Amino acid sequence: MTVWPEERLVTADDFNTVDMTINVGPQHPATHGVFRMVLTVDGEMVVDCEPYIGYLHRGLEKLTENHDYRQSMGWWDRTDYLAGMACEMAYCMAVEKLGQFEVPERAEYIRVMMVELSRILSHLMFFGAFGADVGSFGTSFIYAWRERERIYDFFEEVSGDRMFPTYFRPGGLQMDLPENYEDRVRWLLGSIRQGLEDFDGLLTGNEIFVERCRGLSPVTQEQAIDWGLSGACLRSTGLPYDIRKVEPYSIYDRLKFDIPVGKTGDIFDRFIVRMAEAWQSTKIIEQCLDQMPKGLVLNPDLPKTLRIESGECYVRTEGTKGEYGVYAMAKGGNKPYRMKLRSPSFCNLSALKQMVVGHYVADAIIILGSLDIVLGEVDK
Amino acid sequence: MLFADPLFGLPSWVDAIIRVVIVVMVMTIVVVYLTVGERWVVARFQQRLGPRKTGPGGILQGFADALKLVTKEDIRPTNADRWVFELAPYATFIPVLMTLMVLPFAKDWGVRNLALGLFYVFAILGLNIVGIMMAGLGSGNKYALLGGVRAAAQMISYEIPLVISLLCVVMITGADMGGGVGTLNLNVIAALQEDRPYIVLQPLAFLIFFTAMLSELHRAPFDIPVAESEIVGGYFVEYSGIRWSMFQLTEYASMWGFSVFGSVVFLGGWAWPFGVDAHWTVQLGTTLVKSLAFIIAIMWMRVTVPRLRIDQLMNFSWKVLLELSFVQLIVNGFILLYGWPQELLALTSGIGAVVLIALIIRHSTAKASKGLVGTYRTLGSTPQ
Repeated sequence: MTVWPEERLVTADDFNTVDMTINVGPQHPATHGVFRMVLTVDGEMVVDCEPYIGYLHRGLEKLTENHDYRQSMGWWDRTDYLAGMACEMAYCMAVEKLGQFEVPERAEYIRVMMVELSRILSHLMFFGAFGADVGSFGTSFIYAWRERERIYDFFEEVSGDRMFPTYFRPGGLQMDLPENYEDRVRWLLGSIRQGLEDFDGLLTGNEIFVERCRGLSPVTQEQAIDWGLSGACLRSTGLPYDIRKVEPYSIYDRLKFDIPVGKTGDIFDRFIVRMAEAWQSTKIIEQCLDQMPKGLVLNPDLPKTLRIESGECYVRTEGTKGEYGVYAMAKGGNKPYRMKLRSPSFCNLSALKQMVVGHYVADAIIILGSLDIVLGEVDK
Repeated sequence: MLFADPLFGLPSWVDAIIRVVIVVMVMTIVVVYLTVGERWVVARFQQRLGPRKTGPGGILQGFADALKLVTKEDIRPTNADRWVFELAPYATFIPVLMTLMVLPFAKDWGVRNLALGLFYVFAILGLNIVGIMMAGLGSGNKYALLGGVRAAAQMISYEIPLVISLLCVVMITGADMGGGVGTLNLNVIAALQEDRPYIVLQPLAFLIFFTAMLSELHRAPFDIPVAESEIVGGYFVEYSGIRWSMFQLTEYASMWGFSVFGSVVFLGGWAWPFGVDAHWTVQLGTTLVKSLAFIIAIMWMRVTVPRLRIDQLMNFSWKVLLELSFVQLIVNGFILLYGWPQELLALTSGIGAVVLIALIIRHSTAKASKGLVGTYRTLGSTPQ
């Protein structure tokens, strides 16, 4: 029988609680792939967060260094696998800058069109997955799927593949657009706009969605710059930093479009900035269709095997998640000497811990979702 | 009067057993069709087809699912507390089953007509949480633990507004019966609504009841204990096979039970609009249609709205619903005490319902951001 000592008083120590670690991922519906984070929680509050990456590491950079310039195309699709064309764009630009290859005018327009379609694809996926994170039972996911399938059909038509088109080539494109393609893209734009409006009605106008996201985990401009954020996460803080405007590449200087920026840098702003960006992309595609010249799509002067003497360059593009930069170095031969990818998801993800600590477990999930990471790009 | 005569003049206990067996069989079939029905409804909302292949139009899909679940391996984690883990599904299910025993499906159709039926329903349903806590604690899984604790916190918070909103109705039954304190007999409550359902007199109480019901059932937007995207199913994350299907059975059976209960208390049950003397098939059909309306509304909520956070959920219960339900109770008391006309009940409660809805959507940007023009309005400057 336990005898309580006379002088035994209830002290604060009797109410001590113990922190608990929760392992989220790599198989977890909210981690968007094979990302793992170990949350230390005090009840429902996150007190520490330790991200683990590398489950999808395929050695992209090393693979590229061991393949012919044209053979590597397929690997780069698989970095940001939600927007393969945007990655191809950066890779091709790096090779072209390294070897000073010309790209025909028409090819540039088609490239930009495809990249913007990819941007819409990626943002649609974000709306869908983010809606599911916030808890709308897959409805947002299916909404995203409708437009994504249509865009994928268009990709398949030009390249034969849906997710990993491998449509771009250093110096141009694999082949010209099929017959009547431009007119059908105009129809597709109408469908995309309808899809975006549906999303706006489903999520943006939803009271619970707004309650969950507004004011959550705000990031100031200084913090965003310090942490190396880019893309919508940076622009949501109010900084109009978009490489398509700041340092225009390809034909972006000939196109008119706005850079949507947020005000507070919270989760809701990140969402709304992406919503507006997807809308701007439809405008860009429309202009591309209007201005598109006739002509070749692949530089005919290029040799069968690309050989680049020596040199190095860094090319940065506005990928779908942020600044997608490729550093390339050649020392002769048909292979690059060094390839390095500056992937936006990886840099954005590095700020996860600072954003998550001090929030509820449920919020940690949607903060992760709002960064819009894609693991192929994080793990390379 | 009601439920008075045993079937075919059999002894009372034989009659009871027959009625229980009928209710259990009907419940099983209802649950099987609710699972597949939910898939159809959700598919419809999500622009898909849903299950269409098993049997004509997919009507056998529910049985196929059940068969699959029964034949699956029953896995118990090594660090689970054996008896707690294995008994939890039954501890969750039995209270729900017991609740169904007092629900009046038609004038003469129900297992037992208790004088304290409404009280009994809540006394028994409160035990449901024991099973959920058992599952949460016994699984030896942190997600399950979080889910169980969340479920307990949520249940305790929402039980109070739920019961008070029902008391508002019970008060009115007193006036309808010509004075007195009213009745807790569900059959009498239904019969008293022959002329008009109580939702007309008590829209606010109905809204509170419906909200709290969603919370008790762990359905969206209050599905915090089972949040798939956070804690991957919550308290039943470690269950598989037949035990997991017991939890599903509980979920859908309680959804159906609550729907019948809500339609009895607020929508006039079997009595409105066809009257207490209508044929029993008509009365059964009325109950069925009303409960289906409830269920479809619940499914609609599930596919449309995101999930609340635990603190928002608690705030909503303790700072909004509880206050409004008490105000409703007090206002009802004054009106009934001084014998003012019942139209006043409808008016005050209607105002309360408008206030509640306004409170819910007060932060909403729904108007501001409808359409993408509004999306831009919420953004900062858009430099060229």
